[in-house]
Amino acid sequence: MFIRTKALLAAAGVAILSAAALAPAQPQAQETVKIGLILPMTGGQASTGKQIDNAVKLYMQQKGDTVAGRKIEVILRDDAAVPDNTKRLAQELIVNDKVNFIAGFGVTPAALAAAPLATQAKVPEIVMAAGTSIITERSPYIVRTSFTLAQSSTIIGDWAAKNGIKKVATLTSDYAPGNDALNFFKQNFTAGGGEIVEEVKVPLANPDFAPFLQRMKDSKPDAMFVFVPAGQGGNFMKQYAERGLDKAGIKVIGPGDVMDDDLLNGMGDAALGTVTAHLYSAAHPSAKNKDFVAAYKKAFNSRPGFMAVGGYDGIHLIYEALKKTGGQTDGDALIEAMKGMKWESPRGPISIDPETRDIVQNIYIRKVEKVDGELYNVEFATFEAVKDAGKTKK
Amino acid sequence: MTTLFTILFDGVAYGMLLFVLACGLAVTLGLMNFVNLAHGAFAMTGGYVCAVLVNRSGWPFFAALPLAFVASALIGALLERSLYRHLYNRSHLDQVLFSVGLVFMSVAAVDYIMGSSRVFIKLPAALEGQIDFFGVGIGRYRLMIIVICGLLTAALQLVLARTRFGSRLRAAVDDPRAASGLGINVPQVFAFTFAFGCGLAGLGGALSAEILGLDPYFPLKFMIYFLIVVTVGGSSSITGPFLASLLLGIGDVAGKYYVPKMGPFVIYTIMIVILIWRPNGLFGRTAAR
Repeated sequence: MFIRTKALLAAAGVAILSAAALAPAQPQAQETVKIGLILPMTGGQASTGKQIDNAVKLYMQQKGDTVAGRKIEVILRDDAAVPDNTKRLAQELIVNDKVNFIAGFGVTPAALAAAPLATQAKVPEIVMAAGTSIITERSPYIVRTSFTLAQSSTIIGDWAAKNGIKKVATLTSDYAPGNDALNFFKQNFTAGGGEIVEEVKVPLANPDFAPFLQRMKDSKPDAMFVFVPAGQGGNFMKQYAERGLDKAGIKVIGPGDVMDDDLLNGMGDAALGTVTAHLYSAAHPSAKNKDFVAAYKKAFNSRPGFMAVGGYDGIHLIYEALKKTGGQTDGDALIEAMKGMKWESPRGPISIDPETRDIVQNIYIRKVEKVDGELYNVEFATFEAVKDAGKTKK
Repeated sequence: MTTLFTILFDGVAYGMLLFVLACGLAVTLGLMNFVNLAHGAFAMTGGYVCAVLVNRSGWPFFAALPLAFVASALIGALLERSLYRHLYNRSHLDQVLFSVGLVFMSVAAVDYIMGSSRVFIKLPAALEGQIDFFGVGIGRYRLMIIVICGLLTAALQLVLARTRFGSRLRAAVDDPRAASGLGINVPQVFAFTFAFGCGLAGLGGALSAEILGLDPYFPLKFMIYFLIVVTVGGSSSITGPFLASLLLGIGDVAGKYYVPKMGPFVIYTIMIVILIWRPNGLFGRTAAR
């Protein structure tokens, strides 16, 4: 039995080796542009990974898999949002698979873990999800198509101060993006004359918000500013309603992550009236977005959220950069091509800041309303071409 | 003042929930001397069974709760007969490795079947919102938890202390050899107890989905809480874990309310202080075994 297995293994090994030896001989293989897509496909952040993967697939279905005469191949790897995995996978992709781009990155630590590799190998790193300001400063080869938390948090801070909200209690998850959101909100809201009456940081791992919410209720603010990771938004809204904060007249405001289109419908009517600032809503009233939402729904039977849009624009950026370089895959040339690029995304007009390689986009103020029996973030005010406040300050 | 009562109420509800989730573990660990870290997996099973029945098949919530119990108990009985039984006489390390392996398998399996995002159970409207009781806000759902868990605890205590089965179980635990010599079918008693503990966990899982959230990582996330309850409570009876659960529940909620900056550490501080004071837990038996 043992001998037979060994023989089989050996045979398999030979087959693989010969296949590998043959592969480079085929002329087509040299033409292929490879994109290493590193996403959390399992674990707590899996919904991010799935949305981006879906969006990339959708884009390639729509636009074909050939750009500037070169075939595009996407190699998907799952890092489960663990930065050690990200680093290992990025290295394997760059060294073994010789990818021309690395892309994806569900969380900030993952994007940071891959940054030194991007610099060393001169491979463009397209960040499609992670949202902390510092990311693009970690390597000259990083370009971002998602968002930064500073973008939405500063805007909601300004908006709240101008719209009759005087006292705000904050509830944010105690980790880097949560602290980014809190600090940028606080800075703009207090500059606009607002007052923070209560500040609570909740541990990332504990989903029972009861005591924190009771504290919010007792501090009697006009509104509460909330940032929790996407998956916890539903729990939060349920307990918010259970505790009667909605009836006490305390509004929920925040960056739009909490009201992700992906989860919004599961939150129930408690979410109605919540005002958030964000880059994308599935209800964005442009023709481009209507087509995108319809195509996405048809292909995957679910509503696209802002993560999907980050992925869709990320792959678009790669396609356009390749067109501009005429199919050349030199890292520096690609980054140069991406800088300053402008296009119409499903979220609205966006561009890549030539100085910071970060995204410049409109931030919309939206309110949760019921449209055709489903909950949507309906946009009612627009702040145009918002840059990342985390960098413009320096 | 009213806030104090609300906090106390929330704490009791949280503690009761912890107790139902963890008391099965107290039984297996304390009475059967088996380290079952996979306990949370049975809780998760119950939660998902309830969620599927309510959300997809349209069962009423209260009809789905007993089924969550039955499903977890059945799976528990099945695994006890097929797997756990062989590990009763093995070292604790073997038991830990085995049950942790089971946890990872359950996490991966549920992730594969149900997806990794958080699941909610649709509640009847009667359970939503708060009742205002002389100015004290009482959450209806939490009130229901207290009622259900309180009744369960009383029933458990009665069964263990007063019934024939209870005395058989205690005999089987104290000295399995003498007990089987007296004609008690020890493996059967253990199997039944194990399954019942799993069933309770399943019920707890279904009840906790609303408050703690239900996702495939549930067994890993809450394993520490279960273990704290059992270590602090001691594992010689169910009174110990019950009081420990209440203490931890109230401590956790009050800590997070009054000192939010220290909030997550209060529960651990309580544990450390109690264990320094009484290393075998509140009601631990001294090293008799």
